Amino acid sequence: MEYVIEMLNIDKKFGTFYANKNITLQLGKGEIHALLGENGAGKSTLMNVLFGLYQPDGGQIKVKGKAVNITDPNVANDLGIGMVHQHFMLVENLTVTENIILGSEPTKLGMINIKDSAKKVAEISKLYGLDVDPFAKIEDISVGMQQRVEILKTLYRGAEILIFDEPTASLTPQEIDELIRIMRKLIEEGKSIIIITHKLQEIMDVSDRVTVIRKGEGIGTVITAETNPEELATLMVGRQVTFKTEKGPAHPTEEILRIENLTVADYRNINKVKNLNLTVRRGEIVGLAGIDGNGQSELIEAITGLRKVKSGKIIIGDKDVTNKRPRTITETGVGHIPQDRHKHGLVLDFSVGYNAALQSYYQKPYSSNGLMNYKAVADHANKIIADYDVRTQGEHELARALSGGNQQKLIIGREVERNPDLLIAALPTRGLDVGAIEFIHRRLIEQRDQGKAVLLISFELDEVMNVSDKIAVIYDGAIVDTVIPAETTEQELGLFMAGHNKNEIVKTEEGPVVKEGDDNHV
Amino acid sequence: MSNRIINVLVPVISIILGLLVGAVVMLVSGYDPIAGYAALWNGIFGDTYAIGETIRQISPYILAGLAVAFAFRTGLFNIGVEGQLIVGWFAAAYVGMAFELPKFIHLPLALLAAAAAGAIWGLIPGLLKATLKVHEVIVTIMMNYIALHIVNALIKSISHGGFKLDKIQETASLRSDFLSELTDFSTLHYGIFVALFMVFIMWFLLDRMKLGYELKSVGFNENAAEYAGMNVKKNIVMAMVISGAFAGLGGAMEALGTFGNISARAGFTGIGFDGIAVALLGANTPLGVIFGASLFGSLKYGANNMPNAADIPIEIVSIVIALIIFFVASGYIIRVGLLRLSKKKEAK
Repeated sequence: MEYVIEMLNIDKKFGTFYANKNITLQLGKGEIHALLGENGAGKSTLMNVLFGLYQPDGGQIKVKGKAVNITDPNVANDLGIGMVHQHFMLVENLTVTENIILGSEPTKLGMINIKDSAKKVAEISKLYGLDVDPFAKIEDISVGMQQRVEILKTLYRGAEILIFDEPTASLTPQEIDELIRIMRKLIEEGKSIIIITHKLQEIMDVSDRVTVIRKGEGIGTVITAETNPEELATLMVGRQVTFKTEKGPAHPTEEILRIENLTVADYRNINKVKNLNLTVRRGEIVGLAGIDGNGQSELIEAITGLRKVKSGKIIIGDKDVTNKRPRTITETGVGHIPQDRHKHGLVLDFSVGYNAALQSYYQKPYSSNGLMNYKAVADHANKIIADYDVRTQGEHELARALSGGNQQKLIIGREVERNPDLLIAALPTRGLDVGAIEFIHRRLIEQRDQGKAVLLISFELDEVMNVSDKIAVIYDGAIVDTVIPAETTEQELGLFMAGHNKNEIVKTEEGPVVKEGDDNHV
Repeated sequence: MSNRIINVLVPVISIILGLLVGAVVMLVSGYDPIAGYAALWNGIFGDTYAIGETIRQISPYILAGLAVAFAFRTGLFNIGVEGQLIVGWFAAAYVGMAFELPKFIHLPLALLAAAAAGAIWGLIPGLLKATLKVHEVIVTIMMNYIALHIVNALIKSISHGGFKLDKIQETASLRSDFLSELTDFSTLHYGIFVALFMVFIMWFLLDRMKLGYELKSVGFNENAAEYAGMNVKKNIVMAMVISGAFAGLGGAMEALGTFGNISARAGFTGIGFDGIAVALLGANTPLGVIFGASLFGSLKYGANNMPNAADIPIEIVSIVIALIIFFVASGYIIRVGLLRLSKKKEAK
């Protein structure tokens, strides 16, 4: 095979820590090559080395067979390497064309020549089937379209090799299909692609070959057609991964959480939770399934005291905690893994240690008489780091520097270690790789088996099906129905999530469907 | 190049660059830069008297810098240090003048009055921010004007139409015969120890106390602080109050040490505004503030000697001083330059 890029035995050290160790990646011409690894395995570091943001400490990079020294991103650009970042680098209130020429604006007598540029943008867009309007403003177009602008930007600058960093992270399923089509088109036109991801299905769908790295080390390269998701997962994590979480039957006992006729409004004073009733007992995991925006966020915030309740009651154990302060509720025995770990879960500019103490810093031994005991804080953090496999350089490292999965493990460790009677886990596995997801699911089940009550909120149907003992489906602020996972199907849940209740659904041989005449319900 | 070497090189190179550009300004305007800098040097370190005066000048800068830095670390931008310092100055001068008490009560009381006055001046923007979400920058700027004119009015009314208050009692003074004699009868007073003690207090508060942990959490991420059960509003108010107290003590330096009274002012002292630069030069850390304040204080005091000893007009002197500070503040650019240089070497 003819290689356009060869990264041979690359090492990259930060201090004494090897972020990349002896990694080899060879990208063939016209190939889609996936780079697979867990969060924090060193994928981004390796690509930053290729893109000139980091200098390797060992190894060699060849472009089209010639050894090169990529000292900064401009050199990478000149070599025809373009990067489509996970977080788009676009100016919101400029047009597509303005964004694309930003930094190398073609000028005539000091005036920007936008017309010619727009024409060129339109031509490229057409050639690759990107369907981008050169004059649209970034703030007016969808996330999927913005990503195509990023792709256009690299093509406009003459990229032959495109690196996609987690390109599907923020796309809808339809947008993902569209992206895959565009990638195929790019290949047809002679480009080569590296795609960074930890999603196995995506790799199976789109790539020709896969290079796997684990904990910074190159594990090897396999041909996609000759492998399967299970093998890839094993290579990535370094052990057998079970996609189906093992668990015994639940033994629920007394009620811990009881919600009665709860109504909660959002910041615009529009009711998002409407007369909702729900109970969670010790020893069971109740999964709250539903499409984003049906009142899940408001419900969790009301339970945890972050949002005021309009009417109704929330009872935890035997205490009425309606409209109590967050700390009072926390001390009643509630652990909360928040939906947005950056907004609520962590102080990103605090160290791992400080974050580990976020919910208990005011108690002994972490502080007494107004003084912090940072030794105790560090010990506590080190215990969480060890027990919850948080991969970090130490408790003094900033939480911001951790990968998403490790941030999440830190939060889960912090909440579970407080030994709460009720654990509320909101989207606990969002954006995480299979290894981390499996770890977190096991922890939730462990809590259940120790007689704790768990309320799991998720937008992923298979997560809800897999982990819960009971599924409550939320639609438009109320519970549509509560079902047992073994007695339902994804199709039936899907209909509940769209607002149909049990009476409207008939079971047929092809699965459940909505009764005739009832499909105008939604 | 190791990080440590760069950390040392950056300030050195910045000061040298500042001096060079300052020299060009002096040359172009027809003055002798060597004589100018010699005068500056002598003005700062020339004799024990100059050293004494320089240290005296540094004290209020430390406190103003601490005030800004403390607010900054808790996520607030306190532009009102100037006003808080003025009300602190007045409170200390009034308590120092109006009461007759033994020294061990009078002096602490006067310092406390200054801190309290500054704290109250910080409390108002803090409350407005916490309850009504009014931006603290606007409120604190306005509070500066209010402070200036209210204090002028109070001086006038207390002194029955005069332009200054009577001198403070000896029992409230920070003046020290010992320090004064040590430095060839300069006006050096005990204020520097107060300032250094407050540096320690800021460190202790932020890095050792539970309150500091909460204040920093709220400053970095209000949402996470609320999630963790902290009282966000109370912490915002608290941060402004403490910041104001630091600033008020800065005023006490002038009232109880340098001047011994307060006079009506046509405009601001400038110390509070310089405090912003002092804090930023010091990266908002307690020790950094000492560095920033030392740079500001010594240049400010030493520059007084340039018109006398080298015949350079005060306007040119101000430009030269501003240039030096400008280059120190631009240390980031120099750091980037050095990193790029060492990167290139590595590449070869």
